Amino acid sequence: MNDMTSIDVAAAEPFLSVEDLRVRFVSREATVRAVNGVSFGLRRGQVLCVIGESGSGKSVMMRSLLRLHPKKRTVIEGRIRVGEHDIGALSDRSMIRLRGALMSMVFQEPMTALDPLYTVGDQIAETVLRHEGGSRKQAFERALELLDLVRVPSPERRLKAFPHELSGGLRQRAVIAMALSCRPSLLLADEPTTALDASVQIQVLVLLRKLQRELGMSMIFVTHDLGVAAQIADQVAVMYAGRIVEYGEAADVLLNPQHPYTRAMLAATAKDQDRSRPLEAIGGAPPDLRHLPDGCSFAARCKYVVAPCQVGAPPEVVAARGHMARCVRAAVAAGDLAFDEAGVTAR
Amino acid sequence: MSETPASLRRLAAQDPRDRGGPAQPMLIVQGLRKYFPIRAGLLNRRVAEVKAVDDVSFFVMKGETLGIVGESGCGKSTLARLLMHLTPKDEGAVILDGEAVGGAGGVPLDGLRRSLQMVFQDSSSSLNPRLPIEQSIAYGPRVQGARPKAARARARALMEKVGLNPTLFGPRYPHEMSGGQKQRVNIARALSLDPRLLILDEAVSALDKSVEAQVLNLLSDLKKQFNLTYIFISHDLHVVRYISDRVMVMYLGQVVEIGPSESIYEAPKHPYTRALLACRLTMDPRERVDAAPLAGDPPSPVRPPPGCRFHTRCAFAEDVCKRVAPRLDGALELSAESHLAACHMDKAGSGHSRAMH
Repeated sequence: MNDMTSIDVAAAEPFLSVEDLRVRFVSREATVRAVNGVSFGLRRGQVLCVIGESGSGKSVMMRSLLRLHPKKRTVIEGRIRVGEHDIGALSDRSMIRLRGALMSMVFQEPMTALDPLYTVGDQIAETVLRHEGGSRKQAFERALELLDLVRVPSPERRLKAFPHELSGGLRQRAVIAMALSCRPSLLLADEPTTALDASVQIQVLVLLRKLQRELGMSMIFVTHDLGVAAQIADQVAVMYAGRIVEYGEAADVLLNPQHPYTRAMLAATAKDQDRSRPLEAIGGAPPDLRHLPDGCSFAARCKYVVAPCQVGAPPEVVAARGHMARCVRAAVAAGDLAFDEAGVTAR
Repeated sequence: MSETPASLRRLAAQDPRDRGGPAQPMLIVQGLRKYFPIRAGLLNRRVAEVKAVDDVSFFVMKGETLGIVGESGCGKSTLARLLMHLTPKDEGAVILDGEAVGGAGGVPLDGLRRSLQMVFQDSSSSLNPRLPIEQSIAYGPRVQGARPKAARARARALMEKVGLNPTLFGPRYPHEMSGGQKQRVNIARALSLDPRLLILDEAVSALDKSVEAQVLNLLSDLKKQFNLTYIFISHDLHVVRYISDRVMVMYLGQVVEIGPSESIYEAPKHPYTRALLACRLTMDPRERVDAAPLAGDPPSPVRPPPGCRFHTRCAFAEDVCKRVAPRLDGALELSAESHLAACHMDKAGSGHSRAMH
């Protein structure tokens, strides 16, 4: 990158791009279609929140970015590009080099992500040694720096602590420190705050946002909590049955939701609801990923369902600022998406 | 003793199991205490203790839902286990509908378990993986002496009540069901002995949001149908507000504030409650928090701070807070309307500069 133009191009082009990603798990009994055509781009320094319930394919999608799925049982189609790397085409050896260095992951349960037999310092230093080499002493100095970075109080003492000696919040900070140890450009966070108390959850969210900004990382943050997404996301993608059903800037998706599923999820939260009325729960259950319906996968639970929903996968309707909804009732009015309550366009 | 709301009185009056009358609380807890010993050394001597539940008093009226909130380690789950007598208590009294539990002349434990049941957080580990769910639900009545046929009929009726088709789901094993369905089974099992008080310990915390709404609606329906009283323990403050009539806030094994749900949420008195409420996340990306309302973790319950246990994290802490532990006065004055806080700022003449003089 010598001249200005190439820098401009690099800034405008997404750092991560996923095109028509499909992931199937194949076994003798059945084929589970976990991800069914997911496409999105993520620019440098941006945070994408993927919202979805269990079985929506959000974690499977994340793991395929790191190629963590068992090879024999998984069929992955589509293209994943991170920086200049084509993830699908890389050899196993180069993939191992990229994991942790170019991109790394923070998991939901810090207790199972840490080895109970080694101290926190050992585990962070191991990652540093593995990727960056140098002496053990330097690696421990770096580990100390990292614990300081994630605001662990009295880091010298915690370096020598075993995972069971730390609280849930401190443990998750240690896992984040480990994930950041090789200065990744892309941080994948799979429900990192779900197992934490509300008071600690907010501490970790504030910390992650600060670090992401300071280090200029891109981040994909998977959660099922819309409140968490509101705290941390630049863009939000709502997943259902392996597809992105709504995508857009955080404010667009959370304040002006267009897909019936996003709307139903927002209506079903207990936040500030009238106590005398039952909650508007979404009836039924998500579809069986072994036998997906032909049309919209949400049709069976949708209160706005019309005949065309059952026929083919609904089209992507895109409006201003890239706000997209995959619904036959979504329409564009004055640049923004507008939900067609009456179902005129859907006929 | 103040007036019981008319709705509660009517509920209690309909119930043939009622002993103490409508104004008698379903449950009174007096000075409950549990210290877990920490043993060490050659002689396995008691070197310290975890003060898990330390002098807790409260009551639950009939037909009421009491929400209990607090961070992990505040003693809310230990409290639930003490109420169920799953963990023996060190001190204090549990009075169920006017009768003391345990001891000479009190309600015997199997009687207690008939009146008091619990639903746990982890829906799979609380079910026996080797029992079809119909048998899991019928197990309690069988143990308490029901005939197999009657117990099975009861199980099937309850599955219907919690929204599971008994023919379809009855023969299934827990691993063949989703988290929400398993939690419905746990609720049905808790109801199988026809209890009067249900303790729900983080019963919806592990569920997806849309399933959580279904289960919360189910709980409200069942409460009316079976004339139940709930103790609802959760760390989700939104859910607690939605479901509770009164809310109790715990910190390091003690009750710091208790009162009607509306007034706790609209006008919290204790600084801890205020901070906890500030930790709720909004759905609006324009209203982000830049600094966490509560820094750090709670101190260790092995060596709780002297004076007010919250003073180490409190923005208003003064000298008096470090010396004198504020008391929660009047916790057993049976009024559903009273709003109490264990804070020096709330007590006239406590010596705190913000207290009323």
